[in-house]
This record gives sequence, C-alpha cells and structure tokens, in this order.
Amino acid sequence: MSIRSEEVIKIAHLARLGIKDEKLSSYASELSNIMGLVEQMNQVDTTDIEPMAHPLDQSQRLRLDEVTEVDQRESLQRNAPNVEDGLFLVPRVID
Amino acid sequence: MYNQSLKQLSASLRKKEFSSVELSHYFLQRIKRFDGNLNSVITLNEEAALQSAAQADKSISMGEAGLLTGIPLLHKDIFCTEGLRTSCGSKMLDNFIAPYNATAVEKLAQAGVVMLGKTNMDEFAMGSSNETSFYGGVKNPWDLQSVPGGSSGGSAAAVASRLAPLASGTDTGGSIRQPAAFCGITGIKPTYGRVSRYGMIAFASSLDQGGAMAKSAEDAAIMLQAMSGFDEKDSTSVDRPVDDLLANLDRPIKGLTIGLPKEFFSDDLDAGIAEKIEQAIDAIKSAGATIKEISLPNINLSVPAYYVVAPAECSANLSRFDGVRFGYRCEEPKDLEDLYKRSRGEGFGDEVKRRIMIGAYVLSAGYYDAYYKKAQQVRRLIQQDFARAFKEVDIIASATAPSVAFAAGEKKDDPVSMYLSDIFTIGVNLAGLPGMSVPCGFVDDKPVGLQLIGNYFEESRLLNVAHQYQQLTDWHLRVPAGYEQE
Repeated sequence: MSIRSEEVIKIAHLARLGIKDEKLSSYASELSNIMGLVEQMNQVDTTDIEPMAHPLDQSQRLRLDEVTEVDQRESLQRNAPNVEDGLFLVPRVID
Repeated sequence: MYNQSLKQLSASLRKKEFSSVELSHYFLQRIKRFDGNLNSVITLNEEAALQSAAQADKSISMGEAGLLTGIPLLHKDIFCTEGLRTSCGSKMLDNFIAPYNATAVEKLAQAGVVMLGKTNMDEFAMGSSNETSFYGGVKNPWDLQSVPGGSSGGSAAAVASRLAPLASGTDTGGSIRQPAAFCGITGIKPTYGRVSRYGMIAFASSLDQGGAMAKSAEDAAIMLQAMSGFDEKDSTSVDRPVDDLLANLDRPIKGLTIGLPKEFFSDDLDAGIAEKIEQAIDAIKSAGATIKEISLPNINLSVPAYYVVAPAECSANLSRFDGVRFGYRCEEPKDLEDLYKRSRGEGFGDEVKRRIMIGAYVLSAGYYDAYYKKAQQVRRLIQQDFARAFKEVDIIASATAPSVAFAAGEKKDDPVSMYLSDIFTIGVNLAGLPGMSVPCGFVDDKPVGLQLIGNYFEESRLLNVAHQYQQLTDWHLRVPAGYEQE
C-alpha cells in the first residue's frame, strides 16, 4: 500500500488540515507504512462476520425530548477566539 | 509518608496525626522539588487544592470522612476540570478552561479528594511514549533517558516518583497499562462503559475508558470504586450496579484458573521480561491458582484493526476543533477555509495530524467497506477469541508490554514501531474488557509489568488476583532512586 504526495494533499483537504509542502513526502511515507500495517487485516476471511460497533452490543439509549441544558453562553464563549454581542466571529463568508 | 497506602493515610487523617492541608502541602512540595526534571505535571492547582483540603479537614472533624476524604490526587489533563485549564497535551487547547467537571472528576471530588493539578500526556492521548505532548516529553523516574510510556505517562511518572498517591488515566489502546508497566505502578482500565466518558476529551469513542493509577491494587480499587458508575450524560455508559471492589480483595485465589495466551509468549517478547512474567505466574500458582495455556488466534490482527478504528473515530471527534468556538485560532485568516486549515494545521502536532489523515482516508468514499467495516469484523473475531478463552479460564495473564521503557527518541520518528509497543494491550480495548498492569520485577533496572485481563465487569476478581500477588511480593513498594527522601 503506497500513498502518494498528491493523495496526502487530497486527504489533508478532506480533513481541513493545513500541511506544509516540505512535509508532504514524509507524511506520504509514514501514512504508507501505517496502511501497510493495516492491510495485515486481509490475512483473515471475515465473510458473514457481524461488524462490532460496541463491546457490549448496547444500542443508544433514548430519553424524553426535554430541555436539559442550562444556558452557559457566557462561560462557553469565554473560550472563544473572537466573539461580539454573544456571536462567534469568523472571516466574511458571503460578500 | 510518601509510600503509605491510602488506608494508612486515611487512618492518619482521621486520627489527626496530620491534616489534609498538611498532607496536600507535603505532596505539592514534592512536585515542586522533583517535577522540574520529570515534567509530569502541566498545571498546578495549589491554591484551590489547599482550599479543598481545608474543606476535607472540616468533614473529617465532623466525622463525615470516607476513605478518600482529604487524599491528594492528580488528574490526567484529558479530564475537564471546571475553572482549571484542560489542555489535553495540545497547543489546540493551551488556553481552554472547561466550564464544567468531567463526571469522573466530579465523583472523585464528591468522595473528598484534593486535586493537586493536571498531568502531562501525549497530545489528545495519541502516543505510547508521552513524546507527542505540546508541553514536552515526560521522563521516566527509573531512568531519565527513557520514556514513561503513554499516553498517561505524566500520571504514571508522578505516582512512581510519589508526587501524589493517586492519578487518573485513560486507556484507548493501553494508555493506562503500558505507562503503569514502564513506571512500575499499578493501573486498571475497567470494562468499557464502567467509568463515564462525559467530560473526558474524546479520542476514539468506542475504545476510550477512564481508570485508576496508584501504587497498589488496593489503592487502585478504592479510587476506581469512586470513579465508576452509570451516568446518563454518557450515552455509552452501562446502567448496572458497581460491584464492591474492596470486598473480595482478601479472598484466597485458590482454585482460580489463569490462562496464558501462547500468542503473547512468542519471540516478540523480550527474554528478560518473559522470565519475570514466568516468576510472577509461579507466585500466583503457589497461591493455589491453576495455569492453563490458551490461544487467541486472531490477536495478531488487533494492532492493524485498531489503526483503522481509532483513527477513524479520532478524525470524526477532532473535527470539532475548527478555530471558531474554542481552542487555537491562527493569525489573520483570509477566509473560512484558511481559518480551518491553518488553525488545525498549526494547533495539532504531527502524530495527531497523521491519525486524522489515516481516519479521513479509511472513511473516504469507496474505502469504507475495505477498511472500517473490515476492522469492525476483525474486532468481532478478537472479541470471540476472548469469549472462548473465558469459558476455560477466569483471568488471562501476559506481559503488559513487549519491552521495558525504551529510550526517548528511539521510536519517535517511526510510527509503526511505536504502535507495536502496544501489541499486548490493544486487543483488550477492541473487546472492551477490563485489564490491569501490576509491577512484577526489573530488567536492566527498569520495571516490568504483568498484565491481567478479566471478563466483562470482573474488575473485582482482577483486583483480587493483583492484591493477592502484591501480598506475596513487594515490587509495588519500590521507589526509584532519588525520590526516597521525605
């Protein structure tokens, strides 16, 4: 399994991850090595094996549709990089 | 004082031989004296700790004290702590102050512990050596040139050097057990769903589990008891009463059957470690347990399957770090995409980026069946291997790690060789079983860990075997040179 630099660019874009050009080739070789390890899974036949998502095969619990959250806007926004009038600020999206 | 058991410390507090303020001050002083070298603590909580210690002293005076009232502890910096920075070892959260406590933190606070600070860790718990932390690596107190293991390496190094009697940890692929082994302490990861994940920053949600790190099985049992239990705020928490983890500690282990998986005693295992594990098994046998060889035929596929499941879940979980609502934001973003990409590119370290990319790759269109579904199927096979084994045996034993603590820098630039250092621990997370590591000797003057694995919800039996082993040996009482002064 080999991942080329062009694929690293594509994956990094999918994950919205800024990657420096000079690191592309080292990421490509490291990711290729990791995928080489992953491919060892193909040693075993898994036809008709039920995939396992939760160790105890629990399903998600349901609860009543009630408001349980308390208003913590101020304390939550204290961690925000940029806020104004209770809103999170980002660069202009629409001109 | 630093080497006393929790029960001893608790009894002394009640007899007023010293106060919780004095005890907390004592351990804070140890941190200040020794941690400059070790780097096991990211954030100290001195003022608030002394206040909660004073509160604990009041409870003790009023006769309302439990075993943990007034006992100092450190939390891994992955657990959200209200008002005190929670960095997760990342530049991304260098300035993050959670507005609430994780449930595990809250439960321990209710039990009366005094939080001295937050421990260093691999960034977002991704690593096996603590070298991926934004705050720098942690040193192993047994050998300052070696790593403490990871990702809960700060907690392990701190307990080993007796900077605190207890520390919390989390374990996604071995992150409690492997550093416990490397640092010569006792660590337990309970059954998946036993300790609430609410407020524990998520790495791989179907694998992450909080647990206890301590000097002994008895101390770990007391701590785990207080952390465990159903939490409606965690949708994967298991609604089932918690066993009394202390009740069975003293039960004789005569008649128990211990299984040794032949796959874990192969050439991958260092010969010196194999010898220590055999000696530990002999000790358990001498206490009346029966030993039986077993097989876990698919266990060799656990590392490959893990490096699909964990990165896939990590790439989804870490998408929340976008530079908008909290966490690091890059300087002068030119548009929204630039803000996302540079905030994440600059805020995350290399290992986190690698895992996010592996996750994005295996989940990308067309690859889902080949990787994620395949890994979930392999996971089922591994679970079935354990289920078959537990029809024949009560406990499974092996080495915790294939080597003793390795040198800092040795595996840093080779992710695959780093990943393989968790070869004996990862299967337990994939199956969701409880596992622990207990000190069982030294090779090259560095600690060796014995891993014990139990069936679902058999923490009590695991702790029983570990405690009985610790009645026969004193490895857990050894303190690294240079840390024995009061």
